[in-house]
Amino acid sequence: MLTIDKYLRPATLEEAYQAAQQKNSVVLGGMLWLRLGKKRVSTAIDLSDLGLDYITETDACWKIGAYTSLRALETHEGLNRMTNNGFRNAFGAIVGVQFRNLATAGGSIFGRYGFSDVLTLCLALDASVELHHAGVLSLEAFCDQGIRGDILKEIRIPKSPVRVSYQAQRNTATDFPVLNVCAVLRDDRIHITVGARPLRAVPLRFAVEPGADPEELASRLADTAAEETVFGSNTRASAQYRKHLCRVLVRRAVREVLSGKEEI
Amino acid sequence: MEIRMMLNGINRTAEVKPDTVLFDLLRDLGCASVKCGCETSACGLCTVLLDDRPVLSCSVLAVRADGKKIDTLEGLQEEAASFVGFIADQGAEQCGFCNPGFVMNTIALLRENPDPTDEEIRQYLAGNLCRCSGYEGQTRGIRAYLTAKKEGLV
Amino acid sequence: MNKELKSVGKGVRKKDAMQLLLGKPAYVQDVTPDDCLVVKVLRCPHANAEIKEIQCSIAKKVPGVAAIFTYEDVPQKRFTMAGQTYPEPSPYDRLILDRHLRFVGDAVAIVAAETEEAADKALRLIKVQYEILPAVLDFHEAMDNPTLVHPEDTWKALCDVGADNRRNLCARGMESDGDVDAVMEDCDISFTRTFHTRAVHQAMMETFRTYTEIDHYGRLHVVSSTQIVFHARRILAHALDIPKSKIHVEKPRIGGGFGAKQTLVAEIYPAFVTWKTGRAARMIYSRRECQIAGSPRHEMEVTVRIGADRNGKIRALDVHTLSNTGAYGEHGPTTVGLSGHKSIPLYTGSLEAFRFGYDVVYTNVESAGAYRGYGATQGIFAVESVVNELAAMLDMDPVQLRLQNMVREGQIMPAYYNEPASACALDRCMLRCAEAFGWAQKYPVRHMPDGKIRSAGVAMAMQGSGISGVDVGSAAVKLNDDGFYVLRIGAADMGTGCDTILAQMTAECMDCSVDDVIVFGADSDASPYDSGSYASSTTYVTGRAVEKACLELKEKICTVAAEMLNCTPGELVFEGREVRRADNTVSVSLEDIATKSMCGNTVALEAVSSHSSPISPPPFMAGMVEIELDPETGTVEVLNYTAIVDCGTVVNPNLARIQTEGGLVQGIGMTLTENIQYHADGHMTENSFLQYKIPTRLETGRMHVEFTPSYEESGPFGAKSIGEIVINTPAPAIVHALYRATGTWYRELPVLPEQLAMDLAKKDGSR
Repeated sequence: MLTIDKYLRPATLEEAYQAAQQKNSVVLGGMLWLRLGKKRVSTAIDLSDLGLDYITETDACWKIGAYTSLRALETHEGLNRMTNNGFRNAFGAIVGVQFRNLATAGGSIFGRYGFSDVLTLCLALDASVELHHAGVLSLEAFCDQGIRGDILKEIRIPKSPVRVSYQAQRNTATDFPVLNVCAVLRDDRIHITVGARPLRAVPLRFAVEPGADPEELASRLADTAAEETVFGSNTRASAQYRKHLCRVLVRRAVREVLSGKEEI
Repeated sequence: MEIRMMLNGINRTAEVKPDTVLFDLLRDLGCASVKCGCETSACGLCTVLLDDRPVLSCSVLAVRADGKKIDTLEGLQEEAASFVGFIADQGAEQCGFCNPGFVMNTIALLRENPDPTDEEIRQYLAGNLCRCSGYEGQTRGIRAYLTAKKEGLV
Repeated sequence: MNKELKSVGKGVRKKDAMQLLLGKPAYVQDVTPDDCLVVKVLRCPHANAEIKEIQCSIAKKVPGVAAIFTYEDVPQKRFTMAGQTYPEPSPYDRLILDRHLRFVGDAVAIVAAETEEAADKALRLIKVQYEILPAVLDFHEAMDNPTLVHPEDTWKALCDVGADNRRNLCARGMESDGDVDAVMEDCDISFTRTFHTRAVHQAMMETFRTYTEIDHYGRLHVVSSTQIVFHARRILAHALDIPKSKIHVEKPRIGGGFGAKQTLVAEIYPAFVTWKTGRAARMIYSRRECQIAGSPRHEMEVTVRIGADRNGKIRALDVHTLSNTGAYGEHGPTTVGLSGHKSIPLYTGSLEAFRFGYDVVYTNVESAGAYRGYGATQGIFAVESVVNELAAMLDMDPVQLRLQNMVREGQIMPAYYNEPASACALDRCMLRCAEAFGWAQKYPVRHMPDGKIRSAGVAMAMQGSGISGVDVGSAAVKLNDDGFYVLRIGAADMGTGCDTILAQMTAECMDCSVDDVIVFGADSDASPYDSGSYASSTTYVTGRAVEKACLELKEKICTVAAEMLNCTPGELVFEGREVRRADNTVSVSLEDIATKSMCGNTVALEAVSSHSSPISPPPFMAGMVEIELDPETGTVEVLNYTAIVDCGTVVNPNLARIQTEGGLVQGIGMTLTENIQYHADGHMTENSFLQYKIPTRLETGRMHVEFTPSYEESGPFGAKSIGEIVINTPAPAIVHALYRATGTWYRELPVLPEQLAMDLAKKDGSR
């Protein structure tokens, strides 16, 4: 059971940041996983008044406010157009509409959950994040550093022609993924992330040689990804199955992005 | 802490603790339609509309409802009555315990997409569990309503 | 039987449908006052342990805590929580609280507090020192294990079920007909296979919950989500060691049961609190408690030996079941019986001999209970899978093989207590199923362009209709002002619609509209005695009681009418809205008769009837499934399911169809998604809906349900039962389809994507 001693709704990011420095304080996201733990929170920091629920676009990127719901991303026309429905495919199977209306982009990213579909997609899309204190850094760096006590303000997705394929294996349609894979083809590079291993998603980058046979390339990248990624076991699946799935899903994802290459 | 919200069209104030969950508050305020089926945001029974969007009331802090509009089935009787008879005609209500959450999310679906396909119905309502009906009767009921609506019968 | 029926056979709306769909208050938590003690139970973290010391003094000081009870406070007479007719076959192996804790989740202490927060705080502050004992977690190792789950001398079995607590045996038995070994010896082909099914959960949406208070007569008033108000009264009286007259049990609407609420899972804790403190109390189980301390299906290992001729004649079946009742014996001795009694008789048509033996063992895991199908599900999975494997070995069409061997109408079923298949349309069900499903087109394995594989499987099933010679159903029908009727029953509508179908029968008998019948129940003070709603009994047993009561009431109505018309009752004809003389000279309206009955009348216009049946006529069905397998990921999608059911006369086609569809989806869940695993220390992994995955609406596939009725003379209007049988075909049918797609027989459920994908990858690798 979750207990909260104090609820704070700061008026500025700086106020939120200061509050986040206190012991046992938590920045609230969608509250979906937070309440599962037996946790005592001294201050729950709600960023609802900071205007962080937005999806805007600049010439260079899409900007997604930390409090944007997964449902808003899943149904966003521009984001889906750019990613050939990557957002819809990645988020549409997460529990249910009512859940996705609450779950936030920032909560999913900041939690750096192993099972996250959001992280897998955003890593593959070369996203960066803007933190109140640390400033802008790549999502990959953010994941590696495991920053605490800062406030995640925004997620940025670079706007460049991409082909996206999102593949996830679930034991049931709306369950946590057993493994998820996202492949993104941008110019002559393929960026692949493998998540729900069940550890956090890891990115892999490959160059696409001109004239490469798509089928051969898909198989080769699938083998490489399966060999280079570390997998673990949990109640949903074993490491061996995840490794097997990695090969299958990466092959499918690469095949899919290559098959639509001429459309870019 | 005091919060103000528009609950079922009526301005209400309520005294809540920082960790009071919206579900508990709503039941305390007499909204008995709101049900709890799990504690893990997984069943959809507690679905209410928060500023017109369907959410799991078990997963929302009551303080976050401050200044918002909340609708439970108690406040949407007429809108629900327009289609639930078609579900009754299938016998798909069964034990009824999942019904309020399912009906609330169906209301949200039909507001968002007044003419969904069966597959769109299933996708939108995937987060509403039901153990009695096997689900298909619910889909048939909604389909029968949509057909009747097209034929000008409702 | 040819009489035109006006209400029976019609898909009328369930009487409570609109209220439920509009979210009106109807369930325990909605209709009982919130101003009562919150009851919570401290659960044992060990699989087998003894309390060395328990300290509640600090916890009792938490503001708002009204009482804390431990094993030292409870009566020392053992009882069973199984809702069965007395004397219960389930052993008396429980105390309300015991010093010996037998599974992770067993009740250590009861806390009653003014608020949930106070109760939770008190739970954290109770200090228990346990002596941790070795635990029996594997049911294969339970029998004659040096660790005894029930070493106590006060353990007792009321019925001779072969139980022996000194051997961890909850029940043991063996029966046979013919010389199985000799027939097997003589068969062209015989083989043995073993199947394993887990303790899957009913997962009804409303968890266990009970409210208790002392009423104005000083009695214990219990409002509970239960299928068994009368058994509940008796069990509570045993547990509390008080007279049954001191207890009144009623049920409001029930948020699903499926057998879970045929066991007194939650009732005893608030009842004890109220009886001890005099204060109203309520206990609402969390989903976690429901999972770890509920009353799930018995885990079973069913071993089947089949003997057949080369031409496909099934000559002998030898079934042995090892059943895991868990820490307590609720429904242990009885569920196991159905694994043989409801599977072997399907092949009565050709069987020359059978044997059925079983052992039911105690272990240190969650106690099992009653779940739709009640053992038949496990047995039918095994026997039907073996028959499908036989068809594959003989290279025969499994539909043809079944038609050649199945039980036919009129046959005596030696493996079913020598009861007759008095009404049986199984052959027609199978033929119609093959036609409606498109068996000829779908049975051949199809490799799709995207690499997926489509295949099909088949199974058939039977169940019973009540417990022969045991179950009692009763109905009281009363005429009221304006000529409407009140039907009082002790059967429990748990969403299934029995209130409505019994009203349909009343309307049929009394020649009135279903709206003219008000249904009341179930209430241990006011309802006529009924065993309760379980064992697929309500339509068949209570329905017959309704018919009998109506017949009697009509006679009484005619008696009053005769007085009014100055003739003898024998001269009168009951015509629904009026009673008239057969010669058409005079008549009197039902309304006037009802008015007369309330003025200067000495004939009670009410009739009560009970019914019990010496036989339990089985419903039958055939089920066929088409699946699509992704061989690389192991994902199985159920595309189509066709079910053709013979439940006798279909009383309400809408409700029967929904029963079927709901049962099929539960069966699909048991086969493909619902897993129960234990850690080495006895903790259950799937203790929430995050982990225990019941099917969503994206997993059901398209279902096609039809009825091919037979007519059961002993049932009301020819009806049998529908509630349980419908869960039995998915497991064997899906496993059959998986064999067709993969070449592997899966004999352990659930079959998860990982297993399928890895098996196929291994096969690929070894090629």
